[in-house]
Amino acid sequence: MKKKKKDYFILKITTILMVVVFVFIAQRNFDAYVVRILNLCGIYVILGVSLNLINGFTGQFSLGHAGFMAIGAYVSALLYMSPELKEVNYFITPIIWPLSVIQIPFVFSLIIAGLVSAGVGFLVGAPCLRLKGDYLAIVTFGFSEIIRVLFCNLQSITNGPLGLKGLPSYTNLWWTWGMAIFTVWFVKNLINSSYGRALKSIREDEVAAEAMGVNLFYHKVLSFVVGAFFAGIAGALLGSLVMTIDPNTFSFFMTFQIIIIIVVGGLGSVTGTVIAGTVFAILMEVLRSVESPMRLFGLHIPGIPGMRMLIFSILLMIVILFFHQGLMGTKEWSWEWLYNKLTGNKKEIEEGS
Amino acid sequence: MSILKADHITIRFGGLTAVSNFYLNIKEGELVGLIGPNGAGKTTVFNMLTGVYKPTKGKIYFNNQEINKKKVDQITALGMARTFQNIRLFTNLSVLDNVMVGCHLRIKSSVLNAVFYLPQYSQEENNVREEAKQLLKEVNLEKLKNNLAGGLPYGQQRKLEIARALATRPRLLLLDEPAAGMNPHETKDLMSFIQKIQEKFKLTIVLIEHDMKVVMGICKRILVLDYGITIAEGNPVEIQHNPEVIKAYLGVEAHYA
Repeated sequence: MKKKKKDYFILKITTILMVVVFVFIAQRNFDAYVVRILNLCGIYVILGVSLNLINGFTGQFSLGHAGFMAIGAYVSALLYMSPELKEVNYFITPIIWPLSVIQIPFVFSLIIAGLVSAGVGFLVGAPCLRLKGDYLAIVTFGFSEIIRVLFCNLQSITNGPLGLKGLPSYTNLWWTWGMAIFTVWFVKNLINSSYGRALKSIREDEVAAEAMGVNLFYHKVLSFVVGAFFAGIAGALLGSLVMTIDPNTFSFFMTFQIIIIIVVGGLGSVTGTVIAGTVFAILMEVLRSVESPMRLFGLHIPGIPGMRMLIFSILLMIVILFFHQGLMGTKEWSWEWLYNKLTGNKKEIEEGS
Repeated sequence: MSILKADHITIRFGGLTAVSNFYLNIKEGELVGLIGPNGAGKTTVFNMLTGVYKPTKGKIYFNNQEINKKKVDQITALGMARTFQNIRLFTNLSVLDNVMVGCHLRIKSSVLNAVFYLPQYSQEENNVREEAKQLLKEVNLEKLKNNLAGGLPYGQQRKLEIARALATRPRLLLLDEPAAGMNPHETKDLMSFIQKIQEKFKLTIVLIEHDMKVVMGICKRILVLDYGITIAEGNPVEIQHNPEVIKAYLGVEAHYA
């Protein structure tokens, strides 16, 4: 038993070192295009895992993730942009006072973005989470649309539909992968804790959960707030990655992409979400070719924007038809599994875990 | 000393009076049966006692404290636990997790404390795990602790539900048809099991049951409901010979038979 513990420790350290070395090499030597895709992988993983906490583990169907991302992206951008850059951007309506002079380091803007998003998550979640099922989905969808319309019209704060352009590019692999790993670690620890069991019990049977002393309101809001926090951070990272944000970046389309990720990966599986998020980010780029003009059997097909989503929809249908619970269902990858693979152990029945 | 008192509670759903003027006073350590034909309002009474429904009229006292306005989980925290007529386990969670959910209300550590697995939380988690295992031993399910709860046979699901309720450390346990769907052998087991846990955990128990063998066998006091009205109260022998009760169960014709 002692030896096994030591082996696990070595295994974990090696894995972490390998990831660090990979990120180090990738950041320095890889093509900018590849690095960008890897960055998107990390961001989609954060988004997927955080939404899965709400939808998959707590069973509260939320469609508001794009709204939280928008809040995160704007809050961070307004904080890390330099006053000069703000002046250039806000050429129609000048930005209001305190925001016009503030500039703080990226790392703090990231944290504040997450916290503001979590705060809004609380304000939205507290009244909305009294609703269930379809009604909750509609209300949260409405929330993300309200945010989008609000940001379109608050010209003196968000620069309206013009968006913010020329944002400094702070996002790199250290940030995205670091945050992705932190998110996975945080959410996994949360769902394996006593609080996580309470969240899952709400998903399974609300009436019974409440009768067992689980405070429904507190736990639903908890998962909503944690999800919103990470969505805000992902939004902030995305903003600094693509270097331009406008309210329409965060339309329902965005939420739909994350929904695809968690459904394909498996509602209730962090591992599935990580796999699906990574594959999704890569496919989004690979499938760009289907949107360009092409010749097929002597027919000239003009480029149709949005063809990628058609393919994703078909993939989604296939997964739903043949893997009812997504790729992973509720199964999880574990260190133990890796350990047994590496050492060639047959799966042993654990006694007295 | 009275542990639970329902002081003439009434509940109406629109024009329907489901339970009318229900009075119940239970002393600590009692084992009370609540019987009546289908649709008499027995489960509605349980739902009012546990806070799922709020009575239209009347007050409920638990440990001499009014609980009318309390929410379900607060009432559970005060020491009242229940099982359900149609088993409501968390089917996709393991047997052990099911019981540990019942322990969740005693976790004092904050969420962040739990996520970062600080010593205070890890201590609590270990205690809870031990306690849950102990409870599973009590109901002979410790070997199945890693199975999914939904995969258990019916009788064991019933026992798991009781173990889960016990995990909240109740003083009063409400059992809604614990013997429903059990064969005579399982029922006999269940009777001694209920008596065993009552003694061991110093419980006060109220149970709804259709199986008269169970009710007459273990309850010291029985209440009979019909159409939301208490028509009889007394010990098993009195109830068996009460004409009102016979009428409710067999119909009026019974008199002429």
